[in-house]
Amino acid sequence: MTAISLPQEDGADAARQSARQAEVAEALSRVLPASALLVRREDTAPYECDGLTAFKAVPMAVVLPENETQLVAVLKVCHALGVPVIARGAGTGLSGGALPHRLGVTLSLAKFNRILKVDPLSCTAVVQCGVRNLAISEAAAPYGLYYAPDPSSQIACTIGGNVAENSGGVHCLKYGMTLHNVLKIRGFTAEGEPVEFGSEALDAPGIDLLAVVIGSEGMLAITTEVTVKLVPKPELARCMVASFPTIESAGSAVASVIARGIVPAGLELMDQRMTAVAEDYVHAGYDLSAAALLLCESDGTEEEVADEVAAMKRVLEESGASRIEVSQDEAQRLKFWSGRKNAFPASGGISPDYMCMDSTIPRKRLAEMLLAIQAMESKYQLQCVNVFHAGDGNLHPLILFDANDRDQFRRCELFGAEILEASLKLGGTVTGEHGVGVEKLNSMCVQFSAAELEQFVAVKRAFDPAGMLNPGKVIPTLARCAEYGKMHVHRGMMPFPELPRY
Amino acid sequence: MAAAGINRDAAVERLRDRILEARGRRMSLDIRGGNTKAFYGETPRGEPLGLAELTGISSYEPSELVVTVRAGTPLIELEAVLAERGQCLAFEPPRFAPGGTVGGMVAAGLAGPARAAAGPLRDYVLGATILNGRGELLTFGGQVMKNVAGYDVSRLIAGSWGVLGVLCEVSLKVLASKVDSATLAFDWDERRALTEMARWNALPLPLSASAWHDGCLRVRLSGAAAAVRSACRKLGGTELDPGIARGWWKSVRDHDHPFFRPDEAALAGGECLWRISVPPATQVLEQAGFIGWGGAERWWRTNAPAHRIRSIAAAAQGHATLVRAADKSAGAFAPLGESLMRIHRALKSAFDPDRVFNAGRLYADL
Repeated sequence: MTAISLPQEDGADAARQSARQAEVAEALSRVLPASALLVRREDTAPYECDGLTAFKAVPMAVVLPENETQLVAVLKVCHALGVPVIARGAGTGLSGGALPHRLGVTLSLAKFNRILKVDPLSCTAVVQCGVRNLAISEAAAPYGLYYAPDPSSQIACTIGGNVAENSGGVHCLKYGMTLHNVLKIRGFTAEGEPVEFGSEALDAPGIDLLAVVIGSEGMLAITTEVTVKLVPKPELARCMVASFPTIESAGSAVASVIARGIVPAGLELMDQRMTAVAEDYVHAGYDLSAAALLLCESDGTEEEVADEVAAMKRVLEESGASRIEVSQDEAQRLKFWSGRKNAFPASGGISPDYMCMDSTIPRKRLAEMLLAIQAMESKYQLQCVNVFHAGDGNLHPLILFDANDRDQFRRCELFGAEILEASLKLGGTVTGEHGVGVEKLNSMCVQFSAAELEQFVAVKRAFDPAGMLNPGKVIPTLARCAEYGKMHVHRGMMPFPELPRY
Repeated sequence: MAAAGINRDAAVERLRDRILEARGRRMSLDIRGGNTKAFYGETPRGEPLGLAELTGISSYEPSELVVTVRAGTPLIELEAVLAERGQCLAFEPPRFAPGGTVGGMVAAGLAGPARAAAGPLRDYVLGATILNGRGELLTFGGQVMKNVAGYDVSRLIAGSWGVLGVLCEVSLKVLASKVDSATLAFDWDERRALTEMARWNALPLPLSASAWHDGCLRVRLSGAAAAVRSACRKLGGTELDPGIARGWWKSVRDHDHPFFRPDEAALAGGECLWRISVPPATQVLEQAGFIGWGGAERWWRTNAPAHRIRSIAAAAQGHATLVRAADKSAGAFAPLGESLMRIHRALKSAFDPDRVFNAGRLYADL
């Protein structure tokens, strides 16, 4: 994918930056072993972006501390020199939250990768921030326990990154997001002071800072250790695939399931084109004639699952399902899920690039939203395939485009922004689980007032007065909003169309 | 953007005027819902700021599992509306006295017996509209289940005892009430009860509450009828009459149970009611008292000095709250370490720079 190039610096600027880099590298080299400090362009290049490859920047340095002592030393050096610190886990984030800062240091926490404790008695695990999401469930499996949030990148993504983004997954409808499954965080302030949020007890004294640190995209503190809640593995899980003749009937089926008081372990929707793409990729045996497929999972004891499957089947039939298939064994259940879990890579196979949106809307507006997206496809002359965490109204439309074609990229960005604004009009939010990062800065201007954005800035300052941790993410400047606001008012028409634009 | 309606509410305008006026006079306001939790935390100070005019359910969508409520709405009113549609607040907020409000519930962040299974109040907060100390009306979060746009300020408000702002409106996630429920009793001592609770917590059982007091462990199972029945067979014990069981759990939830209400004479004699919050699998501590939340809450009535109780709690990786006492000079809430306290002070300044709201209600210098 082509990177969006940042403004070119002039020669004097480049010289200044190079001197600054030397100064910072020299200071860091005094507190880190040589192997933990990368400054050469070819060494830092792999860190130039995260999972959102459309945005790239080269950091002044990448540091990979091996322990807390080195980490504290890095933070103190950066704080003293006024150098931004951008924490990074596995770099799988989808909103550019770990995009490097041109004048900053990227702090890779990859070496904090030990599982410190799995306690089957209290149903908790204490892990370092660089431990992979799936590795926690693997370590807990011998005790019949697992860690519930399962972002699609769970093989690779780290718990520290999950904490930063408040990640979800297909099972968060029933089991909650990262916030609902983390008890305690140990970390460091921007100044390098140790700090703990939350408790291994069920609450902690004072204001619930854990709630705001989780999902703060590395802007409030650096997380090094996380105590997570483990939940008993259900005795049984079964998955249903239901075919619907229209988008509307699938959308209303979702609302009806929830309205009936059922909380499925997963409730996912794929539109016809997504189904075809996924089927081609994994051969799950999906019904290609359906306008939309719903995947509904039930888990629990044998009795609970039998009850719930019967209840869901009834609702789906009443809502007009033309075909319902229930998994008969674990192999079939995993096969049903394989297409959904591979929706993104499958889409990557049919288009040079795609842009993944992540808004959330009230469930009852799902069909309305899908129809609106169809209209946008003709407006922007780009295709969009849709896969939704339908149970909680979280949409992942994937807009297909070719980044080598500048005009396609421009149309894709406008398409994406229109989806987000439509989501807000339907009573939703611009991001459900991927985070704002740099990608949705403009949309934040639409969702929040100037006073609300200022309050976010004040929260940031309360934790990080000097503004050293991941600056420039999540909260757009008011100047940026003013500029975007102008464009927004004119509905995609540039103001003063006769003037040249760069 | 503020939710439609609340930003044009005349009651909000009057609250804003009061805030700005108090700010101008450097006065502190004591935010009051039903004034049913004045005994909890530090003693309220300042001029009362009532929310009685800010009432009503702004929107309720049973099929979306979301209700949006003005903060002064009586909690029992909200619960009655939800019950009509077979829904509830899953965390079972305590109602210490009639008249408690939704705003007070959110500000205190307390939860009842279901907490260990259902999660804390803040997990159910989807969005909040507040007036900050500059009189700005701000909305964070929203009415949808998943939302990571900006910092999660609405959940920061939950349990902050009103020190950050006046909650005007809140959106809460609601759940369907459980279809069936059964309570089993076991005549076990404290040690046996704690061991079994920890063992059961790790099993896929429909446990919705467990509490031990006076030689008896009570365990509540809730969910689909078949699942509840099957769990009853697995666990054994004696099944309580459903009406008696409901009454007992209510007495724990609302603190009607006499254990939580030491009389005036006892309090005057120096007895205190302590709430000790510890990891659920913590074994027997110095005293038995009342154990809730599957072992995570230990309530004690004792004359022992505060520093002693707090060091026992800290040694168990927990903390202790002085809930009822004639003298709270030892601090109602466990003191914080310096780095956390610095963040607390800075957050207070970020929302309420002139210290208008609930001065000293949570900690002396907030």
